[in-house]
Amino acid sequence: MTETTSETLHDVTVTVNGVRHSAAVPARRLLSDFLRHDLELTGTHVGCEHGVCGACTVLVDGQPMRSCLMFAVTAQDHAITTVEGLCSAPDARVAPTGESMNPVQQAFAECHGLQCGFCTPGFLTTVTAYLEENPSPTSEEAREAISGNLCRCTGYQNIVKSVLRAAEIKAERAGGASGEEQS
Amino acid sequence: MTTQMFGAPIRRKEDPRLVTGGGRYLDDLGHDALAAAFVRSPHAHARIVDIDASDAIDVEGVVGIYVHEDLPRSVGEPMPLLIPHPTLTHGRTGYALAKDQVNHVGEAVVMVVATDRYVAEDACQRIRVSYEQLPVVVGIETARDGDLLVHDDVPGNVAAHMLQEVGDVDAAMAAAPHTLTLDLDIERSACMPMEGKGVYARWDTERGELRMYSSTQTSTGVRAAVAARLELPLAKVECIAPDVGGGFGVKIMHPWPEEVLVPWAARLLGRPVKWAEDRREHFISSAHERGQLQRVTVAFDDEGHLLALDVKFWHDNGAYTPYGIIVPIITSTQLLGPYKPGTYRCEFWSLYTNTVLVTPYRGAGRPQGCFAMERTMDAIADELGLDRAEVRSRNFILPTEMPWDHGLLFQDGRPLKYDSGDFPASLAKLKELVGWDDFADYRRAAEAEGRKVGLGIGCYVEGTGVGPYEGGHIQIETSGRVNVSTGLTSQGQGHETVFAQIVAQELGVRMEDVHVTTGDTRKMAYAVGTFASRAAVMSGSAIALGARKVREKALRIAADALEVSPDDLEIVEGTVRVKGAPATSMSLGTVSVLSNPLRYAFDEAAKAATQFAGTFDPDKPPVAEGEEPGLEGKGFYSPTQATFANGMHAAIVETDPVTAEIKILRYCVIHDCGTMINPMIVEGQVHGGVAQGVGGALYERMAYDESGQLLNASYMDFLMPYASEVPTIEADHLETPSPLNPLGIKGAGEAGCIPVTAVIASAIEDAEGFPITRMPISPYELWELRRRHADGEIPSLHRLSRTSSKEPSA
Repeated sequence: MTETTSETLHDVTVTVNGVRHSAAVPARRLLSDFLRHDLELTGTHVGCEHGVCGACTVLVDGQPMRSCLMFAVTAQDHAITTVEGLCSAPDARVAPTGESMNPVQQAFAECHGLQCGFCTPGFLTTVTAYLEENPSPTSEEAREAISGNLCRCTGYQNIVKSVLRAAEIKAERAGGASGEEQS
Repeated sequence: MTTQMFGAPIRRKEDPRLVTGGGRYLDDLGHDALAAAFVRSPHAHARIVDIDASDAIDVEGVVGIYVHEDLPRSVGEPMPLLIPHPTLTHGRTGYALAKDQVNHVGEAVVMVVATDRYVAEDACQRIRVSYEQLPVVVGIETARDGDLLVHDDVPGNVAAHMLQEVGDVDAAMAAAPHTLTLDLDIERSACMPMEGKGVYARWDTERGELRMYSSTQTSTGVRAAVAARLELPLAKVECIAPDVGGGFGVKIMHPWPEEVLVPWAARLLGRPVKWAEDRREHFISSAHERGQLQRVTVAFDDEGHLLALDVKFWHDNGAYTPYGIIVPIITSTQLLGPYKPGTYRCEFWSLYTNTVLVTPYRGAGRPQGCFAMERTMDAIADELGLDRAEVRSRNFILPTEMPWDHGLLFQDGRPLKYDSGDFPASLAKLKELVGWDDFADYRRAAEAEGRKVGLGIGCYVEGTGVGPYEGGHIQIETSGRVNVSTGLTSQGQGHETVFAQIVAQELGVRMEDVHVTTGDTRKMAYAVGTFASRAAVMSGSAIALGARKVREKALRIAADALEVSPDDLEIVEGTVRVKGAPATSMSLGTVSVLSNPLRYAFDEAAKAATQFAGTFDPDKPPVAEGEEPGLEGKGFYSPTQATFANGMHAAIVETDPVTAEIKILRYCVIHDCGTMINPMIVEGQVHGGVAQGVGGALYERMAYDESGQLLNASYMDFLMPYASEVPTIEADHLETPSPLNPLGIKGAGEAGCIPVTAVIASAIEDAEGFPITRMPISPYELWELRRRHADGEIPSLHRLSRTSSKEPSA
């Protein structure tokens, strides 16, 4: 029995990290695959493909969402921020190492908040959104805030520390001038 | 003097890249590659009757469909048995694609290659494989019974039976005033790195060369195995481990079937092919560990000194034994921990079951061994009415008794001989940190509030940094950039940072000028891999030795140019200068220029090395006798034996009197891995290890049903701890240097997870007042134990009849 399974393609237009992208994709194309394989923004990682681990978390109109649980077509007309886009946030600064980092990225690097780095983009996007809601969390609140993401390397302790440090850096940057970030 | 780099909590060089989305993991590569997907066995034990791919072959985008019969001889023969052992009399390995029979759910049967993964999986769903099911062996008891067999030609399902004995156990046992027997049970768990396995291969048709990338812990091992399987000269195969999203042991196993099949398909098709494992595949076709049944008989005197230790255990090795019997060998040797057993006998049986194969997972057999030993220590203390820490202390090997040879053979085939360690000092620090002596008061106060709390303890020794060797290559460019390469791989341990710290310190250069490459066979072809907490010890030592050679060479060349003695020179922040007269100097970049006599000036700096640039002795060759061009050097480190790290953990847990929920209130760690290169990174390793240990103690298990189906093969059902389940870890360090290597270091990678199951069992037992012999433990299981205890089926601890829930004092 010969059969072809050509798929119907759907036009989708999505703004990713401030850039508009238009593409024709099958209805079943996951947003995570669209970002990673069609747009080649591979910073978003896929750890389980069933919404449990949180590695694929991106911001959809500023809200953290699991990109493995969304189809690319459902992102039509929405604004997506991936880990690659965090460094161009208004409060991002150029670190001594040359990379531009938002306060959360800077804090994770300072506090040893990552080891293998695979789950990290999901934490960074989640925490970036969280600090918009709660700019000065307690340690318990910080732990609660990251309790939807899995990390197999760090034991979370330094991630909690990173959340608290990110809040500090954010406050420093909001209050201070546009000077170079001290390391 | 250059700023002290070695030993400082330097921030990681990796992180700016990794936090900005700049990591490149396996599935981030090869956007032009074809995708592979696999039809895997849905049955635990079955004969393959027929494979019908007729509905799949015409799916648009399918490029190839392959079964075992399609594989050439060398690809189709059984996978290698990596670590043979004389007692592994019935070693069995699987095939890259199943031949005639499947032995666990998840075994690969058909490979589909297509234009993308969606299409490849569509085609997999249209392939019909018919099976004739066979009786299934699940669980250690069933395997041990031996009525049903996994492999027809392996009687009793016994892959290996091994016995080691030191001293006359039977005589010591017969003469002893006290003996106890414990039956213990520990469940399966798995590494579960956030990134699964993955392979990406490109075949260069014009050059007849293969380049492959694998999410592996050993690129040199994969390269050699693939070259052999594909019958290619080693020189025609390159293997690179890109950024790897965690390993924890499962990626040291190699070659995985996909590591052979994907390169084979890439060569066959002349197109790049990639496979990235999905989470379900990882659960059912990678590897698990831990599962053992243990019987410990111990003899001891009135003071709790061990007189004889007789251990039997049954180890579940899953369907195949490609990694040999390393895990049970480690259990049987590292079980002894910091103690002198008096006399010791350990006998184990490694058994086949129709489940996913078992290869090392962080700790690699030690958590099970530690569980057996530490449960035994608690039982002795309870029997004699002694303090649990005191009983341990009385059996410690003392610093004055180092080196201590147990008289056993370790996993590297070398003597189990501890090089150093100060166990009494570690215990004193731990008791101080957790407030051991004040716990009775704490418990009384908690009990007055209607709360149940318990204190647990666990001690371990870990053989780290096993051979055979690693190497380090250091090269200084004319710009002053220092390139460092070592062949073992990285999965998040911060090797780019710690190896740079070593080089910065040894050479006298700035951290930012040092660039480390790991796991790339193009840069360093001689290497073993990252496992057994060996990277810092092995590659760290090799890199230090290599850096010292480069330093000597730099001083020789600079001394000649500056017309001084090498002894009068020092290197500070990348500049070679005369001690006490720093104006007389030259940069290491300039030394690099001079080290490589040139005919052609490619830039301004290079002019200094050309033939008309200066004076030279016409009687001497441009490259001096005994020298080689270039400012570079190589070092290899190959120790006679492992170096032994150690640690002690204590925890306070609270168990809910009604729901039996178990909460860790405090978790304390004393850790001794010798001299630390970067305490921040060591602490991170400890945190991560403890978190995995907590998972193994309270949440994670592999729930196989009797037909061999893994019922919890997803992150939704396999309960890996989130931040809400992991306690804050209070850690302190002891630094007892190893006398075995140039830096005094011991491994740190696995330590954190080793004693956690033992510690939590100890604490729950202490809270509840009856023995805990089976881990992990869920609230439901604890509730059930309480019921059985109340019904008189489980005895109380002796201490309850002696004191009113008070830790006896020493």
